[in-house]
Amino acid sequence: MSRTLHKDVAIIGGGLVGSSAALALRRMGFSVVLLDKGFCGAQASGVNYGGVRRQGRPPEQIALSQRAHAIWPRLMDLIGVDGEFVRSGHLKLARTEAEMASLEAYAARVADLGLDLELIGGIQLREHFPWIAGDVTGASLCAGDGHANPRLVSAAFAHAARHAGVDVLEHTPVSHVEKALDGFHLSAGSSTEIKARFVINSAGAWAGPFAEAFGEPVPLHAIYPSMIVTEPLNVFMNVNIGAEGGGIYARQVERGNCIVGGMRGEPLAEPDFSRPTGSGAVTIMNRAAALFPALRHAYAIRFWSGTEGEMADRNPVIGFSRTTPNLIHAFGFSGAGFQIAPGVGEVLAELVRDGESRTPIQAFAIDRFARTTQGSRADSEPEPQKRETAQ
Amino acid sequence: MSDAIRPLIVGAGPAGIRAAQTLVNAGIRPVVIDEAPSSGGQIYRQRLVPDERSAKDLYGSEAAKAIALHGTFARICDRIDYLPETLVWNLRDKAVDVVTGQRTRRIAFSHLILATGATDRVLPFPGWTLPGVFTLGGSQIALKSQGCAIGEKVVFLGSGPLLYLVAWQYMKAGADVAAVLDTAPFSAKFHLLRGLFAQPSVVLRGFRFAAELMARGVAVHFGVQPVRIDGTTRVEGISWRERGKEHRLACDAVGYGFSLRSETQLADLAGCRNIFDARDRAWRPERDSAGRTSVSGVYIAGDGAGIAGADAAELAGERAGLALLDDAGLPVDHARIGVLERKLASIQKFRNVLESAFPFPESWVTSIADDVTLCRCEEIAVGDARAAVRDQGVSELNRLKALTRVGMGRCQGRMCASAAVEVLASACGRSPDAVGRLRAQPPIKPIPLAVAAEGEAA
Ligand SMILES: Cc1cc2nc3c(=O)[nH]c(=O)nc-3n(C[C@H](O)[C@H](O)[C@H](O)COP(=O)(O)OP(=O)(O)OC[C@H]3O[C@@H](n4cnc5c(N)ncnc54)[C@H](O)[C@@H]3O)c2cc1C
Ligand SMILES: Cc1cc2nc3c(=O)[nH]c(=O)nc-3n(C[C@H](O)[C@H](O)[C@H](O)COP(=O)(O)OP(=O)(O)OC[C@H]3O[C@@H](n4cnc5c(N)ncnc54)[C@H](O)[C@@H]3O)c2cc1C
Repeated sequence: MSRTLHKDVAIIGGGLVGSSAALALRRMGFSVVLLDKGFCGAQASGVNYGGVRRQGRPPEQIALSQRAHAIWPRLMDLIGVDGEFVRSGHLKLARTEAEMASLEAYAARVADLGLDLELIGGIQLREHFPWIAGDVTGASLCAGDGHANPRLVSAAFAHAARHAGVDVLEHTPVSHVEKALDGFHLSAGSSTEIKARFVINSAGAWAGPFAEAFGEPVPLHAIYPSMIVTEPLNVFMNVNIGAEGGGIYARQVERGNCIVGGMRGEPLAEPDFSRPTGSGAVTIMNRAAALFPALRHAYAIRFWSGTEGEMADRNPVIGFSRTTPNLIHAFGFSGAGFQIAPGVGEVLAELVRDGESRTPIQAFAIDRFARTTQGSRADSEPEPQKRETAQ
Repeated sequence: MSDAIRPLIVGAGPAGIRAAQTLVNAGIRPVVIDEAPSSGGQIYRQRLVPDERSAKDLYGSEAAKAIALHGTFARICDRIDYLPETLVWNLRDKAVDVVTGQRTRRIAFSHLILATGATDRVLPFPGWTLPGVFTLGGSQIALKSQGCAIGEKVVFLGSGPLLYLVAWQYMKAGADVAAVLDTAPFSAKFHLLRGLFAQPSVVLRGFRFAAELMARGVAVHFGVQPVRIDGTTRVEGISWRERGKEHRLACDAVGYGFSLRSETQLADLAGCRNIFDARDRAWRPERDSAGRTSVSGVYIAGDGAGIAGADAAELAGERAGLALLDDAGLPVDHARIGVLERKLASIQKFRNVLESAFPFPESWVTSIADDVTLCRCEEIAVGDARAAVRDQGVSELNRLKALTRVGMGRCQGRMCASAAVEVLASACGRSPDAVGRLRAQPPIKPIPLAVAAEGEAA
């Protein structure tokens, strides 16, 4: 039996971006349908590393990141669970003088943006973090950053949205969207038709075709960051660890398991699923055992990987379509969307309500690629420093 | 001998050994990998350290088969590449990752025969995580490979042929078996009479175990509903319900299990299609009568392909080996294939009889209280799973895992998933096949972080 829904806003993709937007919009009084082809929060948003980190982001992301930063400690009020969010601090290690110089340069660049970074020398580092081994030259600490449990947070946002009155339709893939005179028409699942004034394209790694359908092709491709988890161990890692130049990131959860990432996996035949490669997993395990003496005799009990959309310049697309009024894009978070997603949700709701957001998002405009190919690089100079993804 | 054919066999139990022998006879040199220190698999497991026990002591009525199988393995040993104490922990793109001690390496194969066997199916009930509680298989391993009993006064509980076998083996070894508690009603055993015609020796052996246990004064109870294992720091006794009345018996160890569950993770990693086997109440790789899975070049044999027992495992191993040869364009003995398939078909029919005689305790799921531990690795209670169904609308197993951590720990659901499926299905009003199956992820079992990687072999 086919049905037709009439909504103010239809959201394609129930990841953390789509479901936090749904919740924010509903709270503003809009009628909303949130559609996901599977379970909400089962893709990147539910299976990521869980890093809630501002440090290391390009300066143009910091305002958005700060907005999200204010939301994380309020999760209990907002969605009814704390999502195991802890403000442990994020410690970014430098293994060479060059890397340390790079951390210093970054700290100088974001000095006015409120991250309160603290640069730490080698001796001080060994004193405060004696559980880190090896030739670590120094580090940069962002004490306000932390980590959380993506499995819980992302599903809880969708759950809260449903509770607030959003029509959440899971296992209902959107197969077609078009703009007609009376707004957007969407076809979803086997028998759902939707008419909506606004559409938000938050389909993560699958967002490309929806942008392209409206004449806005984007350089978006899928990446598969890989994670390994150890058996539960005595808690020793009291901060979320990253590394300048990438290669390893690690955190320890309250139960004692250490989660370590740093390599990329591969898609499976069923492309919605991916898996770490054997050699990639061993590389991460070895790096962890070398950096943390407490892990030298530990066992890995589980690996996983997830599907994430990465943009050519590693910045997301956030904002109005340039071809189609009332179409809003928000995708391509390039391995770093978990922390900012709750902030993005608020921004998207503002765009629907006000036509603009109080948080600057010009750097994430979808037509920046078109402009680039025409030779005017406009406002999104790719960051000179190597940027880490997925943590 | 063709260089292009480099088969890999996982498991050196009855199925794996017969498969290897079949390939060796055709002039092919397979790699045979088993995480155990010696060949034989579960039933024909060898002692860790030689002792005075004879094959008859160890394997009872199956001693001749054990001797034959071990003899075969000894004869083919220098014509295969055998890697004992080696765990296959990952599989991808026609290669496996294996760990031996602290070294890991990748081994490529042209064909794969999975003969990974089974482990006990356990269902939680109050007290099941107390020290002194073992699976039936675990109880048997202690006896067979280490020559020790799990306790001084042991109760065996559950369902399945292994229940009587292990109790009998303990009694024969001189242990004090306090009772055998069978969750099936006595009337279920009449089904065995149907099996007398198909597999008389198996049925008669079963009857003999029960009869000898009773003759030696071991109490055998039927239609038992386990209530709890008593004890604070370890097992002190067991309580059960029988025809409406509660009973209690003091003991210091309990061995229990409810038939077996196939080890199917490697087939899953290989991308094999799965089907729900109603008889085993579990998902297993889809296969034809020769053991071909849905993935070309991947074969499956023995209890890992669905529970059918040791004799079937030997036949299926040989059958899969022949299928591999046939598919590789090598000559095979078609008359022999006919014999194997007929014997396998007859055992399959007999399995239906056994399943009726040792049925799954359907009432378990409704009798089990919320505070009982469901997933012991992650310490998740039955009630946590039910709450996820109630409060979050969970109706699928991987979603249950994501939201509650059931099956996320050390065992990766190998131990708890059977029970989790039953709890989930019952709580959301679906059938066990409708709630899905856990997707396998490497590593199949925990591996050390500090493993040293070696270059690719083969
Ligand atoms: C392994 C891994 C580790 C990571 N670690 C971190 C980290 O530590 N910190 C950090 O900040 N970020 C991290 N990230 C990135 C972060 O997870 C993502 O940027 C973020 O979750 C993106 O959210 P999303 O809502 O855009 O995408 P998703 O969560 O992928 O949501 C998109 C949704 O759209 C749905 N969808 C797709 N097509 C359709 C359709 N046709 N119809 C309906 N629905 C559809 C999908 O099913 C999916 O649920 C990591 C990512 C991965 C994969
Ligand atoms: C503990 C136990 C005891 C049993 N005892 C009896 C008995 O006494 N009598 C009886 O009739 N039946 C018994 N059974 C039933 C038994 O499973 C079958 O009868 C028979 O052993 C099946 O043979 P198989 O070759 O299929 O598998 P198995 O004999 O189980 O052999 C499988 C082999 O594969 C290896 N393996 C599995 N996964 C991997 C991996 N990832 N990497 C490396 N190696 C791997 C295992 O170490 C094992 O040696 C027992 C089952 C269990 C679980």
